Amino acid sequence: MGIRSRTFAPARGRFAAMGGAAFSRRLHWIYLAFGLAFLAFVGVMALLEQLGLSRRWIGFLFLVGPIVFYAGIGILCRTTDPTEYYVAGRRVPALYNGMATGADWMSAASFIGMAGTLYLSGYGGLAYILGWTGGFVLVALLIAPYLRKFGQYTIPDFLAARYDGNLTRVIGVVAAIGCSFLYVVAQIYGVGLITSRITGVAFEVGVFLGLGGILVCSFLGGMRAVTWTQVAQYIVLLVAYLVPVAWLSLKQHATVVPQATYGYQLQKVIAAEKRLQADPAEQQVITIFRQRAAELDARLADIPTALAAERSAAARRISELKAANAPQGDIQAAERVLARVPRDADTARDEWTHARDANLERARPLAGMPPHAQQFAGDPHGDAATRKAFDDSRHNFIALVFCLMVGTASLPHVLTRFYTPPSVSEARTSVAWSLFFILLLYVTAPALAVLVKVEVFQSLVGTRFDQLPAWINNWTHVDGSLLQVADVNGDGILQLGEMKIGGDIVVLATPEIAGLPYVISGLVAAGGLAAALSTADGLLLTIANALSHDLWFRIVDPSASATRRVTVSKVLLLMVALGAAYVTAQKPGDILLLVSAAFSIAASAFFPALVMGVFWKRANRWGAAAGMVAGLGLTSYYVLVNQPGVREAFGITSPIQLWWGIQPIAAGLFGVPVGFAVLVAVSLLTPRPSQAALAMVDDVRLP
Amino acid sequence: MTHPAAPDGVNSARARHWHRTQRLTAVLLLVWFVVGFVVTWFARDLDFPFLGWPFSFWMAAQGGVIVFVALLAVYARRMARIDRRLQAEGGSGGHGDVVQAPR
Repeated sequence: MGIRSRTFAPARGRFAAMGGAAFSRRLHWIYLAFGLAFLAFVGVMALLEQLGLSRRWIGFLFLVGPIVFYAGIGILCRTTDPTEYYVAGRRVPALYNGMATGADWMSAASFIGMAGTLYLSGYGGLAYILGWTGGFVLVALLIAPYLRKFGQYTIPDFLAARYDGNLTRVIGVVAAIGCSFLYVVAQIYGVGLITSRITGVAFEVGVFLGLGGILVCSFLGGMRAVTWTQVAQYIVLLVAYLVPVAWLSLKQHATVVPQATYGYQLQKVIAAEKRLQADPAEQQVITIFRQRAAELDARLADIPTALAAERSAAARRISELKAANAPQGDIQAAERVLARVPRDADTARDEWTHARDANLERARPLAGMPPHAQQFAGDPHGDAATRKAFDDSRHNFIALVFCLMVGTASLPHVLTRFYTPPSVSEARTSVAWSLFFILLLYVTAPALAVLVKVEVFQSLVGTRFDQLPAWINNWTHVDGSLLQVADVNGDGILQLGEMKIGGDIVVLATPEIAGLPYVISGLVAAGGLAAALSTADGLLLTIANALSHDLWFRIVDPSASATRRVTVSKVLLLMVALGAAYVTAQKPGDILLLVSAAFSIAASAFFPALVMGVFWKRANRWGAAAGMVAGLGLTSYYVLVNQPGVREAFGITSPIQLWWGIQPIAAGLFGVPVGFAVLVAVSLLTPRPSQAALAMVDDVRLP
Repeated sequence: MTHPAAPDGVNSARARHWHRTQRLTAVLLLVWFVVGFVVTWFARDLDFPFLGWPFSFWMAAQGGVIVFVALLAVYARRMARIDRRLQAEGGSGGHGDVVQAPR
């Protein structure tokens, strides 16, 4: 603790005196010590597990231990200086800004969700890997160095300086808050889920516990505290991701670096897929699900009759049981069946349609998963239907990659990080480091998906139900949406079609699948928490700064003193955090659906204005404002009208009309080009930008 | 690219610097586009085995990411060189913030 307190002590003068190299060396020592301390912590926990400490305590300590650590950094980094609070004093070396960006960028979705998505959709899921990494090329080439040279505090700052005034600033603030708020709710949701699952507290309590962990960092020290905790969080999440995967790979007699060799495991998956598709037992399961769907279809054809029949059958069963003097438990079970019969025709239609779709969903080969290595659905040389499936799937893959890339280069909480390095050239280097640190995890996720698939296809499927491994039982009890197994065809053997898997389980259950001690499960939980907390920190800071710096200070009260600005920022941060936690505690399923569209929204709002601001001098304030509004409007409209969950939330009943078959998640495919086109057209129709704006462009183009 | 207060030699050095920056950016973006979109578009056709993976699967899962990191490393190094040339040609001096940060 001694070294750290000296380094992070609020003494700017000493830092200024200390050369960049000396500062970097000091950071190397601190984070090396942190890494070793963390490994020692894991070691001690493993020892305590051997000595008989209960699982609940291990889980609890794995959540609390790191949070206390992060809080310590947060307290040591407390500050009231605006440059420290907003941009960490602009002296974060490239390497460390890279790690902080990695943690800032990799959310609960990257850590927990991505391997699951890859498991379930095979090649189709790789759009996320390509898109989320390719976006950093755009960040480095088109945005980061110029933002750093500009050298202010927020993204709306840039828009306001380049486009002469507060019009673009206000639009930027609205867009930044909109997409960041959606995103932060998803992070806090992840925090609540992990906390409640590991410690057994209620979800709402977990949300507010996690919120405490987020606030101790960002509230006291702003960007400065967030930066140095994010570096620590990166180390935790990387260790937590790589250790179980390496172990699982060893268990399958592969190498410790499955990332380099899982191509051969993929061949096993492909062979197993062929075998399973031809397996008569699997086909039997599929036939049963089809029959169930057909039966529900028959009921849906004449709902009143079917409903009456079902009700009378349930009532008859109760009276039969009573007449036969059956045990009370049986009678109560039969009464519950009667109580579950839909109340009226409308409920019956909803329930049965839902059930029919669920059965059809499961009546697909390989439990609905496409062959893992198959690029796109359908067949380019087949009949009209499969050709169309192929084209649609290929177009949507490319569109999704495009939106994720451009969206990555437009998310304000990521771009703000590139205000913090000491110079333009360090900003460029730090994007390269960021992508390198992200690569370490993103190259592992597809490997993990394949390893788990080998495990499931080769070892698990075909096991007798009474000999299933313990983790299956554990997880089916935790949450039915994560894992369900049922002996559908009654042969006493598990078929692939009899398992229903939720994506998140792939990462969460890997330690148990690999047969590792519980301490590794705790480690994975700590890693997931670090991923969610670090992203939530960055997002909350972005929202609070947009409100306090861009709206309050820049527009309402430009004469505020430096300390007062930081104080207002902290108060707003607290309010935004509580608001986000309140929204999260309502478990808003609809908002989580919107998150997938946050990339498209950010892309079409910011990307054209940011890029043209540097690369086209003629772009002016009217063009930028019109382009931002047009892009934002078009993308939001497309999502609103076509995303099923959103339609339901807003009560939209017009028929879904996809343009060229593009899914709403990739709405930015339309919003971004329209944003560019409107920006150019309106700029050319209105007067040139001011001399000040032109001078600013000249200036940011210089190193 | 003119800067009213700067002499002509400085301005032309800055113009050359921006020109080189644009050219490097364009070349790297071309590579990015080919790896991210062209290879992906033809994924079904590029199915030949590569170190155990089907080639296009490997490209999307690893190769693409590795190329992207390499692009960024090249960009950082090349830009450092371009910046040094600007200094040698006497066009530097663009240090400091455009608008002084309000305190």
